[in-house]
Amino acid sequence: MMDFNTIGQKTFNLSTKGVKKVNTYKIKIDHDRINRRIKLNNISKVVFSLSTVFALIVLAILLYRIGVQSYGWLNFKFLTKNLSIFPEKAGIYGAIIGTVGLMLIVIPVTLVLGVATAIYLEEYATRGKMQAFIKINISNLASVPSVIFGLLGLTVFSRMLNLGSSILAGGLTMSLLVLPIVVVSSQEAIKAVPNFLREASYAMGANKWTTVRKVVLPVAIPGILTGSILALSRAIGETAPLVVLGIPTLILRIPKTIMDDFTALPIQIYYWTLDTVLTAEYANLAAATIVVLLLVLFIMNSFAIVIRNKFQKRF
Amino acid sequence: MTNIETNNHNIVYDVEGLNLWYGDDQALKNINMQIEKNEVTAIIGPSGCGKSTFIKTLNRMIENIPIVRTSGEIRYHGKNIFDKSMRVEELRTMVGMVFQKPNPFPKSIFENVVYGPRIHGIKDKKILMEITESSLRSAALWDEVKDRLHDNAYGLSGGQQQRLCIARCLAVQPDVILMDEPTSALDPIATSKIEELIDRLKEDYTISIVTHSMQQAARISDKTAFFLMGELIEFDNTKVIFSNPRDQRTEDYITGRFG
Repeated sequence: MMDFNTIGQKTFNLSTKGVKKVNTYKIKIDHDRINRRIKLNNISKVVFSLSTVFALIVLAILLYRIGVQSYGWLNFKFLTKNLSIFPEKAGIYGAIIGTVGLMLIVIPVTLVLGVATAIYLEEYATRGKMQAFIKINISNLASVPSVIFGLLGLTVFSRMLNLGSSILAGGLTMSLLVLPIVVVSSQEAIKAVPNFLREASYAMGANKWTTVRKVVLPVAIPGILTGSILALSRAIGETAPLVVLGIPTLILRIPKTIMDDFTALPIQIYYWTLDTVLTAEYANLAAATIVVLLLVLFIMNSFAIVIRNKFQKRF
Repeated sequence: MTNIETNNHNIVYDVEGLNLWYGDDQALKNINMQIEKNEVTAIIGPSGCGKSTFIKTLNRMIENIPIVRTSGEIRYHGKNIFDKSMRVEELRTMVGMVFQKPNPFPKSIFENVVYGPRIHGIKDKKILMEITESSLRSAALWDEVKDRLHDNAYGLSGGQQQRLCIARCLAVQPDVILMDEPTSALDPIATSKIEELIDRLKEDYTISIVTHSMQQAARISDKTAFFLMGELIEFDNTKVIFSNPRDQRTEDYITGRFG
């Protein structure tokens, strides 16, 4: 704190005269020590790179096995034909339609609810204990096992709302599952919008909603999309909630509306793998389906990376 | 404190007994001053003296910080801005602000200028284009950017960005322009351009400017207010403040003995 009385009397002393140099220690160059540290650095480099290689090897083995097993089974017919109990005739057309149907529910529901929640928490909610409590719980929800969301979906959507094991029930359950991820990533994207942009808008007489719509969202959208795509790719690969919802093993009818029963790619993989005991060729069908699913996920993730890079930081 | 004789019609802001707290810390203590029409009022003082807080109170931007409390009155053309009937959106449309760091939107130069008019309901492309040209001309930026109105504003230099922010502010046709250290992030050449601009703008606008540079205050302002630790120590004609201050602390500050 500045003292008024001293200011007038010019008692400020900013000179460094009289400050003694500290001489209590001295840095020495120790060659042994430096050599030891170089060695340690090299060892850690090897350990770290081996860890990376380990993960890559496991992935390579997995891809190789799947590739070999699905070879010859993955063709155009496999993608366009419906299920059959005869392996040679079976295709995953129904499962693809089912997965697309799921996404048609999940994308609008999670984007609307997730982004709206994030906007409320970041822009409107008054900062305080309540807001912190809600935020922590949303983050906690993101780590709840998917099987629990399956049970929730079974209770609320299948039984209480009587939606059975329809695409709508599955889609809403999946939406609940990925909603926390979309909320958290949208919150991060909104938080990353610099405050001086909001101030510029407020200073011209804009209210909160105008500022959010015309300044915050345009800047935050790449981040929101990146997070949402990653969340959706999780929804595409999820199996457990659908198993709990009782999505049937064998659907011979292609779903036409969102109220129809359906099957999805991960479910198909799961049941074909189970039934390998009965018919050995089912393993090849499962492998071929895995390739399709991996390709879809790969494309979606690449898309997310492209968006992220394209709109990266301009501040 | 000096009492300045004024014709009441010329008073834009009449601040009376203004106190402001950040939580328990009092940042402004019983401020009384009047800001007159078509004058440049400089607000000087050392860091942390409350000068930025004060200028942000004039358009209630300070309320974006949730822990802020105020007491007293600020009458803008006779109307208390803290009154329930006063909407901040209206106040801020009349009272524009230019910030310390140039803060254009990550949009084109054109989109930046028409942001304000658009939110206030002007949709006609032709009118928006006219607004863009006149605002950029008033901000002495038109000649430099007229061929690239649709380029991103972040391609401009810092000084140009700040003049764009002034143009964006002018496009809303404000009555008062508040400037919070508008040249502190700029080099001397860009600074002198902004200073020339302020000198021209005061014919049409009432300007209140916070500055760290006493030379700047002396060059461009008609009246100067000296703040110290949340108090308004002295407020008078700039010439008086810089040649014959009444308060010892003002003299110490302007002669560079502290701050």
